[in-house]
Amino acid sequence: MENLKKNIIIIGGGPGGMEAASCLNTIGYTVFLVEKGPVLGGHLAKWDRLFPEGNEAAPLIEKMRSRMEGVKWFVNTEVLSVNRLGSKYTVILSNGLTINADALLIATGFSLFPAEKKEEYGYGIYDRVITSADLERMFREGMPEGLVPKKIGFVHCVGSRDEKAGNRYCSKVCCATSVKQACEIKAMFPDADVFCFYMDLRMFGRGYEDMYLEAQKDYGVFFVRGRVSEVAEKKDGRLLVKAEDTLAGKPLRITLDLLVLLSGMVRNTSASAITKMLSLSVREDGFFKTSDMIYNDQRSAQDGIFYAGACTGPKTLPETLADARAAALEADFYLRQDD
Amino acid sequence: MIYEGKKRIWSEFQKEIPDDGYFYARSCIRQNFNPGAEQAFLDIVRNRFGKDFYENPLHTTCGGIAYHSDTTPEETSMTIIARQFSLMQEAGYENFVVSCVTSFGLHTEILQTWEEFPEVEAKIHQMLWDACRREFVKPRFLVHASDIMFKYRYLVSENAVRPLINIKTGKPLRVVEHIGCHYSKMFPSKSVGGAEYPYVLSGLVEALGGEIVDYPERRHCCGFGFRQYLVRANRGYSLSNTYKKFESMQPFMPDMIITNCPGCNYFLDRWQYVIAETTGKTYGDTPGYGIPVLSYEEVAALVLGYDPWDIGLQMHQVAVEPLLDKMGVEYDRAAKYRGKGGKDLGKPESPVNIKCY
Repeated sequence: MENLKKNIIIIGGGPGGMEAASCLNTIGYTVFLVEKGPVLGGHLAKWDRLFPEGNEAAPLIEKMRSRMEGVKWFVNTEVLSVNRLGSKYTVILSNGLTINADALLIATGFSLFPAEKKEEYGYGIYDRVITSADLERMFREGMPEGLVPKKIGFVHCVGSRDEKAGNRYCSKVCCATSVKQACEIKAMFPDADVFCFYMDLRMFGRGYEDMYLEAQKDYGVFFVRGRVSEVAEKKDGRLLVKAEDTLAGKPLRITLDLLVLLSGMVRNTSASAITKMLSLSVREDGFFKTSDMIYNDQRSAQDGIFYAGACTGPKTLPETLADARAAALEADFYLRQDD
Repeated sequence: MIYEGKKRIWSEFQKEIPDDGYFYARSCIRQNFNPGAEQAFLDIVRNRFGKDFYENPLHTTCGGIAYHSDTTPEETSMTIIARQFSLMQEAGYENFVVSCVTSFGLHTEILQTWEEFPEVEAKIHQMLWDACRREFVKPRFLVHASDIMFKYRYLVSENAVRPLINIKTGKPLRVVEHIGCHYSKMFPSKSVGGAEYPYVLSGLVEALGGEIVDYPERRHCCGFGFRQYLVRANRGYSLSNTYKKFESMQPFMPDMIITNCPGCNYFLDRWQYVIAETTGKTYGDTPGYGIPVLSYEEVAALVLGYDPWDIGLQMHQVAVEPLLDKMGVEYDRAAKYRGKGGKDLGKPESPVNIKCY
């Protein structure tokens, strides 16, 4: 098994990179995983619970890490340069290591849409406007002392399906995240009224529709079909929110104690350097372009470079994990053919 | 409220405003509503700051009101504005400053249209030539007059005689800033501060010592809205918009409102009279009066020590005296309705519920 002495470098230590690493490691390759941040797990490491069943994120990361035994992984490490020599890549890392790799697997994931760009929602300006990521942090670390919201709103599609924000695409996870968080916060504050402002609910995954029905029947979450137009702060610090209820055909004004913005996914801006180093192609939306979107969705146009997870477009966590396993297999096919 | 968040947005919406050398285009309605405001602007920039602002009596209305009330096609406005540019070019200027916000919006819209559809610009060149045998060059910089006052805000504050401070309490005056919709809502990038949290008046007020009141309906239209008012049957809609704003700002007890649009200034001022006379309600912290509504140059002129009646503040419906008293402005109460050379202009009949003097 000469193949299995080959080196593979995975760039990005989120769930996609971790899963691909454990798969390739299990097959027998020498796997190096490079993570720019201080911990493995990516966005998942900042999340509390996961839809649709409410699994905790932290044990999942631990489980994934436990399957990485044998993988050489580095945090706080960046790729400084990559040179291609024949079919191999010479990669210099910021920790001083130089690795000759037979294949590269890019799993740089995504960034959250910077919600402050939707200025009309007032994120970063009004104290009581937060993002879904902020709420997850609060779920993990505890709600701010004294915060007992009586009316809470969730705004879907913040930076997604929004031409003005430059993002036409759907981020796929926001609807389900919003419904999950709406139920969680309702459970935390049973007397609160919770409103979800949506364009249309994309509850496509298994169990998602049930979660949506449960939110209405068991938790009493109100779903309002319409976008929020603007948010302002009242004298007492509460938020005056204007929206349109398109089913009632009426404008709507509501005072809320807390507004949660469901920030969508955008390309990982810190992946720009690797994009440039390797002259990789990106689509109009900024995510990496794969060879084709049906049969070669984990391959780049260049030999020996593969993609896994949300670096090629928004994905749910199960999709990312499945994509990472597929990418590992694609890399394996490639390296076996290479001999 | 996180002030740093606003500063971050403001930093993204900066525009280049040349320091000097402008062709000044007056507003058709301001000259009727508040004729002293434009005069104050020109006096400040020319005589206090020594800048070159040229105006040509041959310039006309931009046609904005007709365009926005659907009585003339856009090409008509384009040709009128092309003629203004022709006058600017003839006088040797490259920078164009517009006094009216709607006019500024229309100029911006037209320049942008020409940018994106050069064939339309070519057509207007021909139309202007056919109409009056004139040619034109587009301005290098197009700004609104409030941009200029923003640009000179520190010049104003350095020369301030009466900053925006309540002399009785020593605290900053609480100021509501109202930006005309056509200033930045259509083209945020052509403004100072953008559309959601415009900085053009906030920055001026801050520099002059005042404090901005951020109230919930801050972004809402003043109520003018052209057809909301121009069509008589819609006037209740116009009034209800203004009413909504006042109800929203009242808990903050503002000392004054500053605007950069002639329409906004007029409607926020005059509808206070209608609200008071129909409901008996007045706003602000001085019972029986309202909240004075001033333009940016009127505020700058007051701060610089101009006599309030010389800059035409008697033309406002809501009495400015409570504001003048807070600022410590000395004024001759009896001179309010005297015109140039002491001519008696006649005293208006006082409304029942809102005092005007």
